[in-house]
Amino acid sequence: MAFYLLRRILYAIPIALAVGFVCFMLVQIAPGDPINAIVPPDAPADVVEQVRKDYGLDKPLPVQFGLWLWKVVHGDLGRSLATGRPVWADLSTGIQNTLMLALCASALGFTLGCILGGLAGTFRGSFIDRAAVSTAVAGVSVPHYWLGMVLVVIFSVQLNWLPAMGAGPGGSADWSWDWEHVKHLILPAVTLSVIPMGIVTRTVRGIVAEIMNQEFITALRGKGLTRWGVFTHVVKNAAPNSLAVMGLQLGYLMGGSILVETVFSWPGTGLLLNSAIFQRDLPVLQGTILVLAMFFVTLNLIVDLMQTALDPRIKRA
Amino acid sequence: MSLSTTPTAAEAELAVQARQAQAKSDGYWAGVFKRVRRDPVTIACGSILLLMLLAMIFAPLIAPHDPYQGSMIRRLRPIGTPGYPLGTDELGRDILTRLLYGGRLSWFMGITPVALAFVIGGTLGIVAGYVGGKVNMAIMRTTDVFYAFPSVLLAVAISGALGAGIENAILALTLVFIPQIIRVSESVTQGVRNLDFVDAARASGASGFTIVRVHVLGNVLGPIFVYATSLISVCMIIASGLSFLGLGTKPPEPEWGLMLNTLRTAIYVQPWVAVLPGVCIFVTSICFNLLSDGLRQAMDVKG
Repeated sequence: MAFYLLRRILYAIPIALAVGFVCFMLVQIAPGDPINAIVPPDAPADVVEQVRKDYGLDKPLPVQFGLWLWKVVHGDLGRSLATGRPVWADLSTGIQNTLMLALCASALGFTLGCILGGLAGTFRGSFIDRAAVSTAVAGVSVPHYWLGMVLVVIFSVQLNWLPAMGAGPGGSADWSWDWEHVKHLILPAVTLSVIPMGIVTRTVRGIVAEIMNQEFITALRGKGLTRWGVFTHVVKNAAPNSLAVMGLQLGYLMGGSILVETVFSWPGTGLLLNSAIFQRDLPVLQGTILVLAMFFVTLNLIVDLMQTALDPRIKRA
Repeated sequence: MSLSTTPTAAEAELAVQARQAQAKSDGYWAGVFKRVRRDPVTIACGSILLLMLLAMIFAPLIAPHDPYQGSMIRRLRPIGTPGYPLGTDELGRDILTRLLYGGRLSWFMGITPVALAFVIGGTLGIVAGYVGGKVNMAIMRTTDVFYAFPSVLLAVAISGALGAGIENAILALTLVFIPQIIRVSESVTQGVRNLDFVDAARASGASGFTIVRVHVLGNVLGPIFVYATSLISVCMIIASGLSFLGLGTKPPEPEWGLMLNTLRTAIYVQPWVAVLPGVCIFVTSICFNLLSDGLRQAMDVKG
């Protein structure tokens, strides 16, 4: 098992490098000269040439990638074209806000998904099962950006209970755990939670139904164990896979929150990406995507390692 | 007495055998069709989708107005306005008309990437699964890299870098779905490759290409196809999402995601008109999802 863990960690390195390469290529596939990603369009020609030399953009592509990678590893993601500030400065607050939103949404989605999926798997074929499965299908089929709009229409426009946009009073991006701020979090978090809710429901239902069909459950019942006692056994067996699915969902939410963040003007990475796309601010686009993808790679690794550690049945070689 | 009963029993036995043989000769697809016909949910979803498709194809005949013709004096009318049953948008264009026309692009952008990915990813996956060895290594490790991106992020990244436009959005979405289809087709092909009848064909001297064409393809296309249909719903949501972000279709082209985006400012004036395009995306996506589930069951595909 130690060998497996080591190999899995080592395997993450080429993946991370390749992901870096894809992010590097994003600027290359963008229409126009990549130099436009560094200097403003109205810069004089001699300055452009100077910058081209300074950045090594006159060198062959593999060398350029090496130079770029060297900077990135040292925490330099370049400067924003729009603001002139280092990319990392805006990105670090954005990441915090997105992470908080994604964590709340995952927690909510996971809890609901486990309850619905557990009930559906236990009472298979019943009314509860059908209701849970329908909810799950709706959850994975709903365009969540639209759901966000509908929630705004109901809770902000019609009922006027919750704010429609921003992360705090007065559009401030600084977070604190008081009601004024939490109020802003509710709608985006609920909106984002429907996808993991649907997926977790489906997964947990399948796992629970499979476990309930196994002989050891019949044996546990036969020896007179209470419902609660049987339940703990089911949870223990269902936990590793369910947690693994949830871990990956957190990563998908981090990367996929751009649409929901746009709807609610949530000051996270999604909003950053959105404005970067419209201002053709390629360094910000590249940096944000790189950091989010790296987060996903790391999360994948952690999930794999945790699953191996949690589930003694997995003996990988 | 016994003389008269014995032949009847034998006849009955024969009749049962004949019926079984009949059922077998009906073939796989007849069985699939029979199972689909007994599944009311799949039938309902298929009918809804067919109805939507027909409505879009015949949009010029059904639509009450011109999808591009706006008017400043009838902007943002509510649902139920005479002549404008679903209201008007922020430029005074008829919503019903634009929804009918908009479906064309939304469906096109939801289905084309999956179809392209089905052909490209399916081919690569079958090659990787059948050939194995270094070819498998090369294809599958490249797939791993694209798997390391959440799909929405990858789609936004590629189309964001390439710039707005339908072609770029389709290219980005195709790239998102190719790795997913490769993974499924590779594992299905590997399962079939080691079956006895493939070994038998190889022993009889059939070439690799012939084996794939005659023996492998028929057994792997079904599962890959079912998986691909389950992606249409996701693809439609992401494609409309790209347009919602302003990355897919450009105005004034009618498209559900883009309509949702431009109507977003109107949620304080006509909230229920503003959310209508999303209803269309939702209905389409849920129908494709349930249709795919029904197909999976009818075709007896596991996983």
